[in-house]
This record gives sequence, C-alpha cells and structure tokens, in this order.
Amino acid sequence: MRNPQLNRHGELQHLLTLDGLPREVIISILDHAAPFTEVTEREVKKLPLLRGKSIFNLFFENSTRTRTTFEIAAKRLTADVVNLNVSTSSASKGESLLDTIDNLCAMHADMFVVRHAASGAPVLIAQHLQATGRDHIHVVNAGDGRHAHPTQGLLDMYTIRHYKHDFSQLSIAIVGDVLHSRVARSQIAALTTLGVPDLRVIAPKTLLPSSIESMGVRTFNDMREGLRGVDVIMMLRLQNERMAGALLPSPQEYYKMWGLTAEKLALAKPDAIVMHPGPMNRGVEIDSAVADGSQAVLLPQVTFGIAVRMAVMCMLAGQ
Amino acid sequence: MQLPDAETLCRQLAEQIRPHLQPNTVLIGIRTGGEWLAQRLHALLELNQPPGAIDISFYRDDFGSKGLHSRPQRTHIPFSIEGAPVILVDDVLYTGRTTRAALNEIFDFGRPANVELAVLVDRGGRELPIAARYCAHILPEPLPSSQNLQLEQTENGNLILRLIHA
Repeated sequence: MRNPQLNRHGELQHLLTLDGLPREVIISILDHAAPFTEVTEREVKKLPLLRGKSIFNLFFENSTRTRTTFEIAAKRLTADVVNLNVSTSSASKGESLLDTIDNLCAMHADMFVVRHAASGAPVLIAQHLQATGRDHIHVVNAGDGRHAHPTQGLLDMYTIRHYKHDFSQLSIAIVGDVLHSRVARSQIAALTTLGVPDLRVIAPKTLLPSSIESMGVRTFNDMREGLRGVDVIMMLRLQNERMAGALLPSPQEYYKMWGLTAEKLALAKPDAIVMHPGPMNRGVEIDSAVADGSQAVLLPQVTFGIAVRMAVMCMLAGQ
Repeated sequence: MQLPDAETLCRQLAEQIRPHLQPNTVLIGIRTGGEWLAQRLHALLELNQPPGAIDISFYRDDFGSKGLHSRPQRTHIPFSIEGAPVILVDDVLYTGRTTRAALNEIFDFGRPANVELAVLVDRGGRELPIAARYCAHILPEPLPSSQNLQLEQTENGNLILRLIHA
C-alpha cells in the first residue's frame, strides 16, 4: 500500500505524520520554507499563491499558537481562512466528525487544518476524502492526541538546520513528558529520518513509553547524565491536562529533577541551543533565566513555524 | 542559428541604458539569468547601489496547474524602492509572463517612481502587452516554443547564450 500522505507521483497529498515520510520530502519542505521567511520583512506581507483557496482551521481541541500561526501562514498566502472552534459548535450538538467534514466540503473547502484530541482523526478524514473521490481536498494534521504534530516537528527541524546546519554530526536530547507528547513522536521520526547519530530522550520512567527504545533513541532518567555534550536540547511541556493518575510527585520535585536550569544547561556544549514547542511552564520544565537566555531559540521557532506552514500549504495546494 | 556573443550584448545594453540613468536609479535582476546580467550592468555602469534580485516563483500565473516544482530562492532587495527609478533586468524576453510576475512582486515592496525593462535578447512570442525599453538584440524570427533560450555562466564567470531543444 502506498503512503497515504503521498499521491501516485510521490508528491505530498496530505501531511498527517512525519513517521515514514521520505527524507527527500522533509528536506524539500525545509527548502521551500526558507524563502518564505523573507516575506515578513516586506512592505506587503502577502504572496498571491493561494488566492481564491478556502482553508478551514478545524480545532476540536484548544490551541492558540498553532491555530494563529496556521491562520497567519494561510493569510500571507492570500487564502481565505475560516476558523472553526468545533469544541463549541456542531460537535457539541451531536454532529459526527465526518458529517462536519462533508458539510464543509459542500462549502467548497480546499484544505482542512485539523487539531483533535483523538489520535488518528486527521487520518480518518483523509481516508474519507479519498474514499469519496475528493482527492483535490488536502488535510494537514495540526496535532492529534498522542500521535503526531508534524508541522511542529518540521519547524523544529528548520530551527535546528538554521542554527546547526548539518544533522549528521549532532547530539540531540529531548527532555520531558515523552509519554503524552505527539511533538516528541514527530521530532523523533524526523530526526531519525534526517540521520541524527546521537538521539537521546530524558524523562522520568513513568513518562517514557515502553516501546521508546525501538524508535532508535537512547533513554536517560538522570538529566545531568543525558545532557552531557549535546548540541540541541528540545524541552517538552509537562502536559497536566493529559495526566491521569499520579505519574509525578509534584511540579516542584519535577523541576528539581528534570527542569532545565542554567547549571544543567552548562553540561551541554557551550553553543547548545534550547528549544521548546510552547506553551512553557516556567519553573516546572524550564527555568525563567534559561527560557529568556541567549541560548534559547523559542521565539525564532515561532517565526520559522509560519514559514514552514506556508511551505506545507503551498506544496499541498500546488499539486 | 548563430547566437550573438552575450558579453558583447551586455556592453551594448549598458551603453543603451547609460544616457538615461538618474542619480538614484536601481537595478533589480530576475533570478537567475537576470541577476547575473544586473551584476554585470552594475559594474559596467559604475552604480553605487548593488542590484537587487527577485525570484518570481511565488508570483507565477501557472502555480495552480504546475505548483511549486523548482526550488525557489530568496528575493533580496537591499534598498528601498519607494520613489526610486527601477530598471528591471532579465536575460530573455519571451511571453512577458515573467515580467508581469516581477512587476507584481516589486510593488509589494513599495511604490517605485517608474519601472523600465532591460533585456539581453527579445525572442518574440509575447502573450502580454509588455515591451522592453532597453534591448540588446532582437531575434529576426520568433523562436518556436519547443526551444528554450537561456543565459548561462561559465566556470570563469563569462556569460553565454545557449539554445536548448526540448
């Protein structure tokens, strides 16, 4: 069976996950994103590429940054953007996911950007569109449950390439709540595909999925040991809202063991960069002085995220 | 068909432009051939302001049917074009669609005083009402669409014209 994200010419049809996405496609997205970063410095921050296209932002789960950056990306490409906060609309009246999609297709949607608490919801939508012969409509996964957050993973790759240039020489540590993190899954998939030789995951045992080592990473429970000599530190957010039961003692104790402080950061390479997908919990997974420090690249990540999302939308709509 | 020497054409084009230069004239080359040509003209005309370079990929009128296939490069305009006399530089003038795209892109950077078009070769086959003010060579017969005329840069930096049969 062919990769459901690619059409029969091997071009991107939907962006659902970075798992199994060919290296050339990932590199091509990063290459296409680069010239979009320049557009924001212009008098008129707009390109006519998606003029006349309708993009529906379907957010079944709250998100401010991701929804806003998708919206800005689409608007900079001159698309018409409709934001649906579905958690407060038809879904709460009992309409099924695919009925919502069919109704929006009847409004001549060209692309859906989907955020859903259930893993697999964007895949289901893509399969539904394919099964009903609507291949001209594209789906972008903006984060589904614990499964994937591919545009976040891609903007992280863009950020790493921007600062470190070559993936083949890097030591990278992903730190925090890997168990609940779709961001971590997307990061690991992309970093593995791009050939990072030393990929580490640092987390308390209770927040590590049991199968994690089969993904080609080394695991550490001791943060000091795991951070030694790394080039890139990718922090994750402690996901209180997804935490059922007592997986952790307390935020204070978590901070003491796995929070990134200046003292722990000093164990990494002197030019190491610190990343975080946001929103961050200051004083829980990251110390304020580190988050605002010279090695942190959190805000460039947000800016690059717009360019990467512009590239993804153009590559989908231009097929 | 005997193609003219591109380096000779560059010098002829510069001499056509020279009497019309204003103190604040700026050059903008369309990537890739027009960018090389703009650099050459910049040196020949001894202009102070380095030329800008634009990649018109994001303004093409065939994006809907062809998509973004080639790898786009950055547009780089290192000066304000607000109120400036602009000379848009391209290697070969053909349908005029590239020029149309470049004009749209330029106006997203501001409002120039005026825009003139300078090209090395006019190969005929226009599909839009566009003409070059400065043109070093006009082909006696329009080229068939199966042929592609383009400017290339050799290893030692010389510019040459090449005809490619598709």
